[in-house]
Amino acid sequence: MSATGLRSGAPTGWSGWLLDPAPASRHQARCGRWYRGWLGLSRNGLAMTGLVIVLALVLVALFAPLFADHAAAFTQTLTDRLKPMSWAHPFGTDELGRDIYARVVFGSRITLTIVTLVSLIVVPLGLGIGLPAGYFGGWIDAVLMRITDIFLAFPRLVLALAFAAALGPGIENAVIAISLTAWPPYARLARAETLTRRNAEFIEAAELQGASHLRILFTQIVPLCLPSVIIRLTLDMAGIILTAAGLGFLGLGAQPPAPEWGAMVSSGRQYLLDQWWVATMPGIAIFVVSLGFNLLGDGLRDVSDSRAG
Amino acid sequence: MVELEGLSVTYGAGPTLVRAVIDVSLRISAGDALGLVGESGSGKSTVLRAIAGLIPHAAGSVVIDGRELPNHRPRESRKIMQMVFQDPYGSLHPNQTVDQALSAPIAIHRLGNAEKRIMAFLDEVGLGREHRYRYPHQLSGGQRQRVAIARALILEPKILLLDEPTSALDVSVQAEILNLLTRLRRDHGLTMLMVSHDLAVIAHICDHIGVMHSGRLLEMTTAAALAEGRVSNPHSQQLLRANQGFDASGGIVDVAA
Amino acid sequence: MSDDPLLTVRNLRVVYPGDDGDFRAVRNLSFSLGRERLGIVGESGAGKSTTGRAIMGLIPYPGRVDADEMRLGKIDLTRLDEKGFRRLRGKRIAMVLQDPKYSLDPVMTVGKQIAETHRYHFGSRKKAARAAAMEMLEAVHIRDPARVYNQYPHQVSGGMGQRIMIAMMLIANPDILIADEPTSALDVSVQQQVLAIMDEMVKSRGMGLILISHNLHLVSSFCDRVLVMYAGQIVEVCDVGRLHEALHPYTRGLLAALPELGNRRAELPQLQRDPAWLLDLPAAVGAVAWSN
Repeated sequence: MSATGLRSGAPTGWSGWLLDPAPASRHQARCGRWYRGWLGLSRNGLAMTGLVIVLALVLVALFAPLFADHAAAFTQTLTDRLKPMSWAHPFGTDELGRDIYARVVFGSRITLTIVTLVSLIVVPLGLGIGLPAGYFGGWIDAVLMRITDIFLAFPRLVLALAFAAALGPGIENAVIAISLTAWPPYARLARAETLTRRNAEFIEAAELQGASHLRILFTQIVPLCLPSVIIRLTLDMAGIILTAAGLGFLGLGAQPPAPEWGAMVSSGRQYLLDQWWVATMPGIAIFVVSLGFNLLGDGLRDVSDSRAG
Repeated sequence: MVELEGLSVTYGAGPTLVRAVIDVSLRISAGDALGLVGESGSGKSTVLRAIAGLIPHAAGSVVIDGRELPNHRPRESRKIMQMVFQDPYGSLHPNQTVDQALSAPIAIHRLGNAEKRIMAFLDEVGLGREHRYRYPHQLSGGQRQRVAIARALILEPKILLLDEPTSALDVSVQAEILNLLTRLRRDHGLTMLMVSHDLAVIAHICDHIGVMHSGRLLEMTTAAALAEGRVSNPHSQQLLRANQGFDASGGIVDVAA
Repeated sequence: MSDDPLLTVRNLRVVYPGDDGDFRAVRNLSFSLGRERLGIVGESGAGKSTTGRAIMGLIPYPGRVDADEMRLGKIDLTRLDEKGFRRLRGKRIAMVLQDPKYSLDPVMTVGKQIAETHRYHFGSRKKAARAAAMEMLEAVHIRDPARVYNQYPHQVSGGMGQRIMIAMMLIANPDILIADEPTSALDVSVQQQVLAIMDEMVKSRGMGLILISHNLHLVSSFCDRVLVMYAGQIVEVCDVGRLHEALHPYTRGLLAALPELGNRRAELPQLQRDPAWLLDLPAAVGAVAWSN
């Protein structure tokens, strides 16, 4: 039992620098903050599993040629049609004799592309509409929210279908279609967060100093809204992947011979009873990746809740 | 230095109209300290915010240093007065370090010499180099309030508005902050307007004290008069009695909704 | 009414493990509570709220509670699990917190909440519970109990809300009431009223009251005995109205640091914290015999 003081066992070394209660620079302070968040996340087993899955997706997508043979994914060998799983073909072959494992691996690139592009569109768009609505209120709020309501009123898949049908098939159009239907909840979320913080004293202090609205929005409010938006996005990712797969399933996403997972499930439908691996393997891939994002999003939310609370 | 003439502040309209401040007039000479006391809902914080320009006033005038200030304040006019808020947890942005909080006003008014200014004011409020890059949740309540004071002073205002600056602080920390405020007022010749529900705190800092109730300024008195119980208004007397600690003789009053 | 203490605590320890090391929130705290008003004062971080919560088994994971002895009458609190504590809460020990806005369910009328508490503890029928709730509302001097019964928490003022909390917490007739900063969010005149009501209820039911607060003067003018806490330990015990005779330099320092109406000093004497106060007091030095 220590005779003095209330604390015992403070860390040293790297973690000591990061957890230093008296950081000597902005850089150290920021790193320390991220490190503490990381510590919180790393304690959550499920979240770490999710993180591993997401990282695996990124790695496999970026280094696909290292994991599988490009040719095998595209070369049609009709004599090898619908072969079951074996050493040569770990996931079997599809109806045109292509190696399903290779197609799943290269299909991850398409999935990652869609997920990244949608995020890059949806977050700025949602923030750009929700923040001014919550901050300025009045007629700006009314107009922006009615626009949001209109987009929200349509079922996401139906609206995505309509856009994709209007714009034509193809991956870029699928991305645009999904983004146009996915942004409304983020606008609502950004608006809600802004409304909560709008009357905080630190905002009043900034106003009192003469800060312009733009400065307040960017330096004060955006950093507060961003965590919940990112968490929402991570949790939404599963839905986005499934929507993309749905579009692919209906032939509106990536076009053949691109190994888009949803399209693969679609074309494997007719063989489901006897050669189940054709549709099931890409289906499992979709499932695992969606689950990974969900677990990660849950873990992020737990960490941010505990820090904000 | 500060003159209020017939100030009125209202919220809402029609059936939901709330008269938060009704016809308040007062004067504070340069270098003086005036305190406003009253219970919650008396309008004292609203008066402060109206003077600061954070909320618009419906009637009357706010005259600072001879110039009447409109509801919408231009940036330049901000430098003459600053405010310290009640809640040290709420007045600093949770994602900004102390350094960032102090740099912001310097950047907004393009004052330059940021490094020197920040270190100088950190020193003035009794904080050190080791606090500069901490986040608010890594500081104690007293330290946060010191940062808030440094932030208010960094623009070198002539008037300091204080909204219950020590209500959320421990007794020992409150003493430190009150001493700090006394010293800063002396060193910088600040004019102060302070709002509090704690009579002892107000009497310690302020020479003149105004008692508010339901939006009206009931009477102006001094710390000495309060101490001797020389107050005419029954609300002031009640406030005075309630500040003395638990008094069983008051009996229990039935309350209706 | 027997002369045995209602609550006995000997060497209570509460530790919170953390990234930066273990934090010892309460260190070898000992006291007894009889049918009296006991005040626990201290600044934030002293461990007073932690003590109250430890008695009720409300210390969240990863905090650890440990004591040589912690007894409520015959019940050994150190051996209770969550289920055991739940049987005690409300029925034997009750707690009133600072802000009724946060302790009351915002989507249920206040009367219904009080009635629910009664039904939970006694399994009573709806009508009986409602009658009991009305009785309690009258007991806390609410003039129009029928009307207040149907109001929602956001419709009542702070002082009224605290009266409602007191009614709710005392409806099951607990032996001990722990009030954690019950008046800190209220106006001064309302504070007086709420304390007076607590006093009346506690006296008429022969309960023990633990009042936790940072307001020295209020506690010393209201409670029979005051425990002064610093850094997780009791550093001084004072009787009612005798706070100015305090001996420990911490208590004296705190009193001196309070601004006083009528005694304006140029500078308030600042509390000089002696690191010696952080040293662990010898165990059971803080143990105090309760008084009638």
